[in-house]
Amino acid sequence: MRKTEVPQDAALFDGQKEVCYAIDESGRYVLAESAGWEPANLANIQAWEAIEAEVSAIRARVAAGELSPLAWHMARRQMDARLLAGYVGLFAWQVRRHMKPGPFNRLSPVRVQRYATLFKITPEALKACPGPEQPVPPGPGDAR
Amino acid sequence: MRGIFPHRQSAHCESGVTANLLTHHGLPLSEAMTFGIGSGLFFAYLPFIRVNHLPLTTFRIAPGGIFNRVTKRLGIGVESRTFRSEPQGMAELDRLLAAGIAVGAQTGVFWLPYFPPALRFHFNAHNLVVFGKAGDDYRISDPVLGEPVLCPAADLERARFAKGALAPRGRIYHLARVPANIDLASPIREAIREVCRVMVRIPVPLFGVRGIRLLAGQVEKWPARLGDRKSILYLGNVIRMQEEIGTGGGGFRFIYAAFLQEAAGLLGNGQLADLSGRMTAVGDRWRDFAVAGARHCKGRPGEHDDFADLARILRDCADLEDALFRDLSKQA
Repeated sequence: MRKTEVPQDAALFDGQKEVCYAIDESGRYVLAESAGWEPANLANIQAWEAIEAEVSAIRARVAAGELSPLAWHMARRQMDARLLAGYVGLFAWQVRRHMKPGPFNRLSPVRVQRYATLFKITPEALKACPGPEQPVPPGPGDAR
Repeated sequence: MRGIFPHRQSAHCESGVTANLLTHHGLPLSEAMTFGIGSGLFFAYLPFIRVNHLPLTTFRIAPGGIFNRVTKRLGIGVESRTFRSEPQGMAELDRLLAAGIAVGAQTGVFWLPYFPPALRFHFNAHNLVVFGKAGDDYRISDPVLGEPVLCPAADLERARFAKGALAPRGRIYHLARVPANIDLASPIREAIREVCRVMVRIPVPLFGVRGIRLLAGQVEKWPARLGDRKSILYLGNVIRMQEEIGTGGGGFRFIYAAFLQEAAGLLGNGQLADLSGRMTAVGDRWRDFAVAGARHCKGRPGEHDDFADLARILRDCADLEDALFRDLSKQA
């Protein structure tokens, strides 16, 4: 890749730039700033779209009463039961149980608080049924 | 020294952290040289290992490998440890910082507040340097950023103790002993030999150029086996591993070409300069693959962009690399 051909297709880096390696006029390698590259952007956006599709499918199932709101909070943070279990110190099967509305509604305040703390939200927000206006990726949103 | 760190933005986090730490300790090495001496270049296609339900494709060696190989080959003493509990891990970090030591840390990227949101996945093998503390914030030199940043303690703690695959368990490391005189020639040769070995001599079809050919064969079969939607997801994943931030472009092929060029100068070996040029050509070919693949993902394939054509580009890459690494091994 030549330095003059270093792509500047901004999309992913929040206004920042990455560096990449390119050759200058004399054939020497230099570090060149790049705002991004269209094929890489496209692949990244596609990955987020796949997450988004999964999140909205789960949101529909939560609204239909098949899953608890916990399932939605997990999905929009790209977490599965095993990963979330690691974070809250439970077994994966316990988290999977809490993804069902019945066991979720019977959760002790302590457990609810533990999930809420991890997600940096209030216990009320954890229990709230998500509306379609809720933010979805890109960006975990709450990590800010 | 306290509070000052020679931050340089890098293409790849691990080689960047390693190069910056070495420079901080009086051994100014470029990122490319560090990547090369760490034998960072690789290829593997492991369809039975899934990351987010997608087959694992990698263009580099396993996380930690660059740092370990560089420090070993240069005879540098390293102290590294992981922690069972968060408070312990943070206390030890504070203790080292108070002693004026710049500390490398393995983290996840999901919880890092300064990371661009679009890149915040659950990826746990990120590396950064913590070099100071200001109140409740840590001063961080993250090699993928242009400038050092401040990161709140609570966020850094979460990032250091991220869970899931490759969980860092708070791993921190620093350079303890750096020899005064370091000869780069023999580490460079050793490192080149290793890359040649893993790229062309592992008799398993998953690794090196054999892995690239396997991927080519699979790519051809994806549409029939997986259907359109999944094929595109699989393809997009390969492009991400090849081109997303941290690769320097062309699946690390350009950074390795930069290393070969620098090595050519250091060793006075003109052959290496030629091989660097060939490596650049391979990187450009990988970029062709990404361009054609992305057109496909967008649902606007050009005239020569069906999966058989993508496979043809991959076989091209494999053939070029096969010949290249065989010639390269004669120079080391």
